[in-house]
Amino acid sequence: MTAQLTSGTAACPGCIASPAEPARPIPQDVQIALSLPGIHCSACIATVERELNAHPGVESARVNLTLKRAMIKAAPDLRAVDLIPVLERAGFEAHELDPGALSATQADKAGRDLLMRLAVAGFASMNVMLLSVSVWSGASDATRDMFHWISAAIALPAIAFSGRPFFANAWSALRVRRLNMDVPIVLAIVLALVTSLWETALSGEHAYFDAALTLTFFLLAGRYLDYRTRAAARSAAEELTALEVPRAIRLVGDAEEEVAVAALNVGDLILVRPGGRMPVDGEIVSGQSELDRSLLTGETLPVFAEAGLNVSAGEVNLTGPLTIRATAVGEDTSLHRMADLVAIAESGRSRYTSLADKAAKLYAPGVHILSALSFLGWYIYSGDIRTALNIAAAVLIITCPCALGLAVPAVTTAASGRLFRKGMLIKHATALERLAEVDTVVFDKTGTLTSGAPELTNLGDHSRVDLEVALALAEASSHPLSVSLAKSAREAGIKPARLTGVVEVPGYGTEGSRQGQSVRLGRAAWAGADEGNQTAAWLSIAGQEPVAFLFSDSLRPGAAEAVQAFRDVGKEVLLISGDTQGAVQGLAEKLGIENWIAQALPQDKAARVQELSEQGRRVLMVGDGLNDTAALAAAHVSISPASALDAARVASDIVLLGNDLAPIADACDTAVKATKRIRENFRIATVYNIVAVPLAVAGLATPLIAALAMSTSSITVSLNALRLR
Amino acid sequence: MEVLAYLIPISLFLGGVGLVAFIYTVRSNQYDDPEGDARRILSDEWDDKPKP
Repeated sequence: MTAQLTSGTAACPGCIASPAEPARPIPQDVQIALSLPGIHCSACIATVERELNAHPGVESARVNLTLKRAMIKAAPDLRAVDLIPVLERAGFEAHELDPGALSATQADKAGRDLLMRLAVAGFASMNVMLLSVSVWSGASDATRDMFHWISAAIALPAIAFSGRPFFANAWSALRVRRLNMDVPIVLAIVLALVTSLWETALSGEHAYFDAALTLTFFLLAGRYLDYRTRAAARSAAEELTALEVPRAIRLVGDAEEEVAVAALNVGDLILVRPGGRMPVDGEIVSGQSELDRSLLTGETLPVFAEAGLNVSAGEVNLTGPLTIRATAVGEDTSLHRMADLVAIAESGRSRYTSLADKAAKLYAPGVHILSALSFLGWYIYSGDIRTALNIAAAVLIITCPCALGLAVPAVTTAASGRLFRKGMLIKHATALERLAEVDTVVFDKTGTLTSGAPELTNLGDHSRVDLEVALALAEASSHPLSVSLAKSAREAGIKPARLTGVVEVPGYGTEGSRQGQSVRLGRAAWAGADEGNQTAAWLSIAGQEPVAFLFSDSLRPGAAEAVQAFRDVGKEVLLISGDTQGAVQGLAEKLGIENWIAQALPQDKAARVQELSEQGRRVLMVGDGLNDTAALAAAHVSISPASALDAARVASDIVLLGNDLAPIADACDTAVKATKRIRENFRIATVYNIVAVPLAVAGLATPLIAALAMSTSSITVSLNALRLR
Repeated sequence: MEVLAYLIPISLFLGGVGLVAFIYTVRSNQYDDPEGDARRILSDEWDDKPKP
């Protein structure tokens, strides 16, 4: 293979131009995967593909509407960050997905395997059903025997192949001396096959080959639905690329070397460039900058940083390069202590038993006892082991949990599909059931109710000249306040003033000169003004009073609606944030939230959530930061937005893909409806059993009755689930 | 009743054809994006062969 590739390289005309370094591997196209929560129609597909294909370096782009993602084949130097703005300009929200994790799900071996088994079971059951119908409609003697033998020839290999998942599960449960749903299933299938073979060999009247096959088919259908719903959500949630820094720049003497974060030691000097995240805890040795701590503490206001300040892993460096000396690495960093907090919170979380598990716990022993009793009863009554075994098999087949196996997956599939279309991913199997019970909702502020990005509030208060100068200065910096100011000013149609010698002074702001006068935009003290209590950037033009540009954290779209919707249905809404008193109070008043806590430490958040749980409340926690992670894990059910940190998304049960918060309230509504449907389905299944089981125990059940009861109950249950769409 | 000697193999064969066809569609990724494929037929930009 390698030899072929090398010779192929030499022969390829394009490579003649670069004959040097023949050993170097040919640069391969990279796969980029983007999650596109906002796409929904054929026009979206066309626009996204056109925009992406028009971008230089993109070889081919294809949208998958079902999974709401785009797969892009691109030149090796193209990065997903280059493509996201392209789509945002076209009006589509986009997030990067990790193609490494993606390649595993792309092939989706397990799903395909189940689908194949389902197909074989379906094919075999249809054929056997055809033969059985002729038996039921009066075939007798030799013809009936022949039909039974053909059925056996189809059913045995088909079940051996398609029933494998059940056999494997039942075996692994039995090996540790436990009972699960699969044990009665396997027992019913095997017993049905054995008695049917026996009956056929003795030219008997009743054979259950068709029942054994339809049973396998319906149960596999349930398994497959269940698998597909969960696999789609799980993969998409995990693939959202991690935000944590895997690499850091270590300074050795004057040289910079890029090393894995795991390789850093206490005392190492580490360079953190603007926009970079602190890889370890440490102390600043040199450099001046500002730090964004919002993901760790919930504070929106950047903190001024200079030599001597202690920094924590996870903080973002905003304006100037910083050199830090590591004081804690790896598991000792504050980031990891946060992770420990999550582990503690999770161990305290009461283990939730799903409705299906509750049903199975009642069901499995019940069925076994019933079937054993009817075997014993008939054996004592008639003394004929053949009749007794036949009836025991009939009881097992009729009670077999076709409808039970479909009751939950059919509903969750319909509900998850509905929520996915609204931009929510259900990561955990029982998340919907738990969401339905929620009576208290706890929100985080920064990054959850607000977008975590500052927004200029007093654009209209400034003269045109001031705005022009401010815009020119702001565009020279990548500080969040500058970026926001520049965006608002551009949108208002302001053109930048002509300045000379514009430089960014890390940690303070930007300065330049205009017609010989010095102009500055930055921190209050630096621009010659007094510090106010609001987030502001000050502009000073020599000889004039400095003016303030005020900012506030903008509300996330749908936040007000979501809070209102929760209050309307009588759920208690709380706001717990690590931000300052003023900022939290302002937001709480704006949204009408009466209960709010400011300056909460991560431990406080988790403790408050736990306290509520101990009072018997069912808490829904919505948060995005590292400081929320423990609270997310401690809550009854939790939701985090796609923009959240990796750790927060892992700890939560549901991930919100879009920017809009409004679907959260909807999700609760859907969850309540879904749980209602699940209970209804259990009731339907029970009613069928109550009608059919006495017939079976009395020895009146024929294969025809078994087939009818099984199919009707399965179909009714599925149709009932579909009402949810 | 001799007709059964033909009919049973024929019905099994037809069922088998269906099964093989289904396995082919699974293996050639035709169920990867059912929603998108349903919309794509409405698009003017065909993509079953390279664009001219």
